[in-house]
Amino acid sequence: MPDALLPSEVIRADNLGFQYADTPVFSHVGFSLFAGDFAGVIGANGSGKSTLLRLLLGELGPASGGVSLFGRDVRRFDEWPRVGYLAQNGLSSGANFPATAEEIVTANLFSDIGFLRLPKKSHREKARKALARVGMEAFAGRMLGSLSGGQRQRVLLARVLVSEPELLLLDEPTNGVDAETVASLLALLSRLNREKGLTIMMVTHDIARAAECVSRVFCLEDGSMVELDKAQLREELSHKHKHPAREDERRRIKEGGGKS
Amino acid sequence: MRRAFAVGLLLAVIIPCIGIVVVLKRLSMMGDALSHSSLAGVAAGLILGINPIVGAGAVCVAAALSIEAIRKRIPKYSEMSIAIILSAGVGLAGVLSGFVKNAANFNSFLFGSIVAISDFEMILVACVSCAVLVAFVLLYKELFYVTLDERAARLAGVPVRSVNFVFTILTAVTVSVASRTVGALIVSSMMVVPTACAMQFGKSYRQTVIGSVAFAVAFTLIGLFLSYYARLKPGGTIVLLGVACFLLILLVKKVAALRGAARRGAPEAESARERAEVLP
Repeated sequence: MPDALLPSEVIRADNLGFQYADTPVFSHVGFSLFAGDFAGVIGANGSGKSTLLRLLLGELGPASGGVSLFGRDVRRFDEWPRVGYLAQNGLSSGANFPATAEEIVTANLFSDIGFLRLPKKSHREKARKALARVGMEAFAGRMLGSLSGGQRQRVLLARVLVSEPELLLLDEPTNGVDAETVASLLALLSRLNREKGLTIMMVTHDIARAAECVSRVFCLEDGSMVELDKAQLREELSHKHKHPAREDERRRIKEGGGKS
Repeated sequence: MRRAFAVGLLLAVIIPCIGIVVVLKRLSMMGDALSHSSLAGVAAGLILGINPIVGAGAVCVAAALSIEAIRKRIPKYSEMSIAIILSAGVGLAGVLSGFVKNAANFNSFLFGSIVAISDFEMILVACVSCAVLVAFVLLYKELFYVTLDERAARLAGVPVRSVNFVFTILTAVTVSVASRTVGALIVSSMMVVPTACAMQFGKSYRQTVIGSVAFAVAFTLIGLFLSYYARLKPGGTIVLLGVACFLLILLVKKVAALRGAARRGAPEAESARERAEVLP
């Protein structure tokens, strides 16, 4: 541990900007996330929430600025097992992949098991424990395709949790999940955050539900990102919030002759 | 004939191992592209006087790597890369086959000639099969995760690019040796059909892998017997048997589902109850 007194900086984004071809997504995004933070990221469709996470993962290269994870530039970062990521659409191979919940969770123990080795009993037990944590132990042997959307999402969360990451990046984990499951997923995340000090950054379209769990809220809007304080969050929840940078940005676009 | 059985069995074990990953990666057409390209290698081998399987192997590896290279250039329409290489392979095979003196020999690669296999080819198939099998078992967990979710696999520390590279080579090598036995035109169905059958029964990924090998072995053994006694072409017989079996499975499953629904009355009741149990 480099510094025992101050919580250590888990994510640091400096002057981050990104554009797809000629379409600017956002610019001048800068923030720090500290160990133990539970941050919610909100913003309209197309405001770049998922893009932000992919920049943090180093999957996309920024147009400007940079990202560091655990104090290291993301381009040279290689301790990926410390980071857990849950993508918006779950699995890239689709929901009907012929594998059991346990097989899927065990797969994420790769760095534990080791290259070219097969999982042992202890790894399978670990996977079962992770499934138990999300309330899916009874479904360990079930095929992914036979589970409901909410159950599948829990399995995928267990897969991320099994390798005991220090940072969780979640892209709308409660999307398409029924209200009760949303509540229990959020309760679980909140508990992991409090009890294990897990740092979480969660993109969500439904901040009203998550408002009680998160300790910080970031808002992506009109090409930039701001952190909302308590009062702004209350306004946001009552749909009155105006993005502070919006007027600024409009002016800039006008002055730049629409170049932006 | 005994030799045909030995070679057929070896291939029946390795082709579905490659096939299941190919199918689950949604690359079913890749087997087609590679096997058609392998014909160009066969023709080149026959012209140059080297063993056609060796020629096919070389061209297959080149074709597989080209597909990967083109796929990276046009990621959004990556399946175009397969079509491009497939047509290039067939085109090249067509032109080169004009220079092959012994046309019957070339034709034997279209539909396979498992019965007329030489000593050298027998040893080649045995070596390749062992290598592919060992690689598949060693990379079992890595291939599983890369197939399941490439991005998550990378985050978990799997060397995704190396695993994909090795798998591409394995696929190319498997297709080129298989083109000799079941034939270049049907090797991709040998990859897909046993996997399709096993996916109807498998209760896990492991079971699906074992099941698809079991189906392929059964199709090959029964197919070879049938073709021998009924004097049919072995490659085609094996594949047709597989397709018939797959259709039969679908039919039986459908009938069973209808019967079950009729007996229970309310088919959704059970799954709804299970879903309710999950919520704490």
